[in-house]
Amino acid sequence: MASNDSLGNTLKVVLGVSLVCSIIVSVAAVGLRDIQQRNIVEDVQRNILAVSGVELDGRSVGDVYEEVIEPRLVDLNTGEFVDASAEEIADFDQRAAAKEPETSIRLTSEQDVAGIVRRANVAKVYFVRGESGDFERVILPIHGYGLWSTMYAFLAVQPDGQTIDAIVYYDQGETPGLGGEVANPLWQAKFVGKQLFDEQGSPAITVAKGSADPNSIHEVDGLSGSTLTSNGVTNTFDFWLSDNGFGKFLGRIQDGGLI
Amino acid sequence: MANAKEMKQVLSNPVVSNNPIALQVLGICSALAVTSSLQTALVMTLAVVFVCSLSNLSISLIRNHIPSSVRIIVQMAIIASLVIVVDQILKAVVYDISKELSVFVGLIITNCIVMGRAEAFAMKEPPLKSFIDGIGNGLGYGLILMVVGAIREFFGAGSLFGIEIMPLVNNGGWYQPNGLLLLPASAFFIIGLIIWVIRTYDPAQVEPKE
Repeated sequence: MASNDSLGNTLKVVLGVSLVCSIIVSVAAVGLRDIQQRNIVEDVQRNILAVSGVELDGRSVGDVYEEVIEPRLVDLNTGEFVDASAEEIADFDQRAAAKEPETSIRLTSEQDVAGIVRRANVAKVYFVRGESGDFERVILPIHGYGLWSTMYAFLAVQPDGQTIDAIVYYDQGETPGLGGEVANPLWQAKFVGKQLFDEQGSPAITVAKGSADPNSIHEVDGLSGSTLTSNGVTNTFDFWLSDNGFGKFLGRIQDGGLI
Repeated sequence: MANAKEMKQVLSNPVVSNNPIALQVLGICSALAVTSSLQTALVMTLAVVFVCSLSNLSISLIRNHIPSSVRIIVQMAIIASLVIVVDQILKAVVYDISKELSVFVGLIITNCIVMGRAEAFAMKEPPLKSFIDGIGNGLGYGLILMVVGAIREFFGAGSLFGIEIMPLVNNGGWYQPNGLLLLPASAFFIIGLIIWVIRTYDPAQVEPKE
C-alpha cells in the first residue's frame, strides 16, 4: 500500500472526496431551501393564528393567515405606524433589528425590567380582520427573561387596547414540568379577559405567587414551583406595557386614534 | 460474498451483545439530550442509522485508496457531509422535531459511534458488511435511546409518543409527573441502571479488574 501514501495519491483522494462531498451538500442545501423557508414562515404564522381566535377549519395555515392577518410596523418611540410596503413589512425581522445598534436602543438597567438588553425601535404587530372588515384583535410580540431563558410570546389584545384575548408562549427554555408550564394552554387560558392597565394607566398584569385573587381583573395564578419564571412573565408585561414597550401604541389604540 | 448467517451476526451483534452505549459506553452525550420524548429519540435513531450505515459504506468503498496519513480527515469529511444532508432533510420534512433536536443533529458528526465504526470496521471490511455493521450500530444506539426515551416520557410527562396515557395533575388529571426525568441528568441514572441489568444478566460484559 506504499503507493497510497504518496503525495499524488493523497492529493487525489482528498480533492476527490472534497469535491463529491461538497456537491452532495450543496444539492441538499439548495434543493431543500424553499421547503425550509416555508416551514419557518409557516411556524410563525401558526403561532400568530393560535392567538387570533380564527379557526383553520381544514384550510392551510398560509391561506388563513393571508386572509385575516394584516401585519403593520409600529414605531415604539412614538406609537405611530411606520410607512412601509407590504414587502418591507414581510421582510422585517424584529429579533435581528434588536441586535443592530442603528435599529435598536440599549436599555438602561432601570428600563430593562424584562432582562432583554436591547429593544428594536420598530415592532411588528398583527391586526386580525373579522368578517365585517373591522379589526377584532391586535397581536403584539413580547418577550422577557425567565429563570434560564428568554421567553417569547404573542399577546392578543381587544380593540379597546385593554383586555387580553389570548396569549401563547411559543419559544422558551424553562425547566420542563415547572417553569416550562408557561407553554401549557390551560395556564395561558387564565389570561383571557384580564385587564392590561389599572385605573391610573400603569401596567397591572401580575402573575401571583400561588393562587390569584378570583375577583382581581389583573392577577393570574402563579405556576407552582416556578416563582422566578412567574416573575419573568410579570416583568415581561411590565416592560412591554410601559412607554418603553407598546405603552404609547396601546394608548393610541385606547383613544381610537389608530383605527 | 459473505454468507447470510455472518451478515445476520454483523447486524445483531451491536444491537444486543456489543451495544455501543451499554458496552462501549459511546455516544452518551446525545443520549442524554434527545431522550426526553420518544418522538425525538426515534428521529435521532433514524438519523444515526442513516449516517452510520452510509458513512461505513462509502468509507469501505474507498478504503483501499485512503492514504493512512489523512484517513481521519477523509472519514470526517464524509461523515460531516452526510450529517449536513440529514440536518437539511429534517429541517425540510419534520421542522418541529428538528427544532427540538437543534444542535444534536449536527453533533452526530462528533458521535464516537460513527467515527469509531468507520475507523475500526469500515477501513478493513468489504462495503456490504460495513453497511450492515453501520445499521446494526445505529440500531444498537437507537434501542437504548428508545428505552430511555420511553421511561423518561412515560414517567416524566405521562405520555408515549405525545399521546397522553396518564393524565397530569396540571391538566386536571391525577398523575403528578416526576420532573427529574425531563432533565438530561436523569438519563444518566437510567443508562447506568440499564448497563447494570445487562451486565448482571451477561457477566461476560463486565470488565476485568485492573
